Amino acid sequence: MNRIFYIAVLAVLLVLPLILDGTYYTNLASQILIAAIFAMSLNLLVGYAGLTSLGHAGYLGLAAYISSWLTVKLGWNHASTAAIAIMGTTVIAGIFGLIALRATGISFLMITLAFGQILWGLAYRWASVTGGDNGISGIARPHFFGLDLGEASYFYYFTLFIFLLVWIAIAILVRSPFGATIRGTKDQPRRMSALGFNVWLIRWITFTACGFFGSIGGIMYVYYHQFISPHSLSLANSAEMLLMVIAGGAGTLAGPVIGAALVMLLKNVASQYVDHWVTLLGLVFIFIVMFIPGGIVAGFMRIKNAINTPK
Amino acid sequence: MSPILEVSDLSKSFGGLKVTKGVNLTVNPGERHLLIGPNGAGKTTLFNLIAGDLASDSGSIKLNGKNITKLTTAKRAQLDLARTYQILTLFGKDNLISNVKLALLGKMSLRWKCWGAFLTECALDEKALDILEKVGLGPKANLPLEQTSYGEKRRLEIAMALAQNPTILLLDEPLAGLSTEERETITTLLQGINRNITILMIEHDMAVALAFADRVTLLHYGEVITSGTRQEVVNDPRTKEIYLGH
Repeated sequence: MNRIFYIAVLAVLLVLPLILDGTYYTNLASQILIAAIFAMSLNLLVGYAGLTSLGHAGYLGLAAYISSWLTVKLGWNHASTAAIAIMGTTVIAGIFGLIALRATGISFLMITLAFGQILWGLAYRWASVTGGDNGISGIARPHFFGLDLGEASYFYYFTLFIFLLVWIAIAILVRSPFGATIRGTKDQPRRMSALGFNVWLIRWITFTACGFFGSIGGIMYVYYHQFISPHSLSLANSAEMLLMVIAGGAGTLAGPVIGAALVMLLKNVASQYVDHWVTLLGLVFIFIVMFIPGGIVAGFMRIKNAINTPK
Repeated sequence: MSPILEVSDLSKSFGGLKVTKGVNLTVNPGERHLLIGPNGAGKTTLFNLIAGDLASDSGSIKLNGKNITKLTTAKRAQLDLARTYQILTLFGKDNLISNVKLALLGKMSLRWKCWGAFLTECALDEKALDILEKVGLGPKANLPLEQTSYGEKRRLEIAMALAQNPTILLLDEPLAGLSTEERETITTLLQGINRNITILMIEHDMAVALAFADRVTLLHYGEVITSGTRQEVVNDPRTKEIYLGH
């Protein structure tokens, strides 16, 4: 049942650019997949490890700025800038983790928020490197096996490919024995220690992995927009990512993807008809929290179970 | 015979409140050692100090001759110390066998493996089922925790600690809140635990606890009042005054 569902979704994703009329919606689909990469990576921390972060846009910024700067200012090629951006962001995530994981709960949230703001401030003020408010523009999309990713549908397929890689990697991770220990530290950290698990180390690895997968999203983000400015690192952007995770269903594989689709569709489609799309987003979020706590995926599962259970 | 657990002059304060005052406690290998005392005597605090959940202010704790005073909870667990909790501390969203499998995983290098499905780790499945059968929960292995009774959850607490293959087991009120019938089940279960596992137990049910214990330590306001064989402690007038007289 599940397998058929996933194959059907994949089939739709594969033919999507052919169905969609024009590049606008193909580009929107690419944006949704990129947002989904951010939400899935953040979900590792929020949903599986139970550590709510408000600084995830910082990883977007780090990876995007590092790759833009190396490409535009130093003229490096895409493969090496991407590798360095991912490594650099992951190392910095590891260092942030050393500090942030001295706390849990609300204090942890505040520390991640502070990290996000520090990076935003750096992007804004360190103008000689980041271009300040103007950001860095001019990073061209790469060619991938001879295909010019400047073309919307090619870029979409490239994004879909990266998205699937991230999905599979995260799916394998959360199902593994180590994934089980991540969930364990969320539910019963005290018992986990008593069982011999190094709870701190498990959290730190998860925190760093969250930065690693986030950096992949950051690179896709800057390839898509071919531009990065402090605006992309804003607290509002971090909050939006968190919203995707919670609305879709924290701690589930599909939840963040559905959340990302919901937020991006509201943002791009609803904003054509309603001026205050953010207000609409707020209303939708309140509705989800009040009537389907646990998110859309959890709500869907409840309906499915109710149908399957004989009365 | 060198003691398996040796607590020397251990103290702990919360602000101005001294909850553990220079406690000395010796537990020998294979012993069933009972820790008694009225509410607020500092029994659970002492457990938390021994297990590592709390850091002591002064004094030392030795496990098998090794000083563990400064070690983390996880490191102490790796040295074959296991505990149960008075307040159920289980993984409520999982089924029984998953709980035990996670407990088994704690001491295996498999716990760092980032691929392969945890659900279908067959080697763990067999071991976990073995342990569940020992505590009489074999037929319920695949039930979600929320569909089990309180008494079954208490047995699962013990099963998880046994899964850690401990040399010393700290049981914090294993009979708390149970019916007479369930008490009997767990008492039989505890009596069946192999003597190569040393047991240090807090329990209020005197009938059961005294029958079970080789040695008893009486704690009152964070101090050891008396410690000795079951008969010595029961006959001690201070025990009657502080505890049994109530």
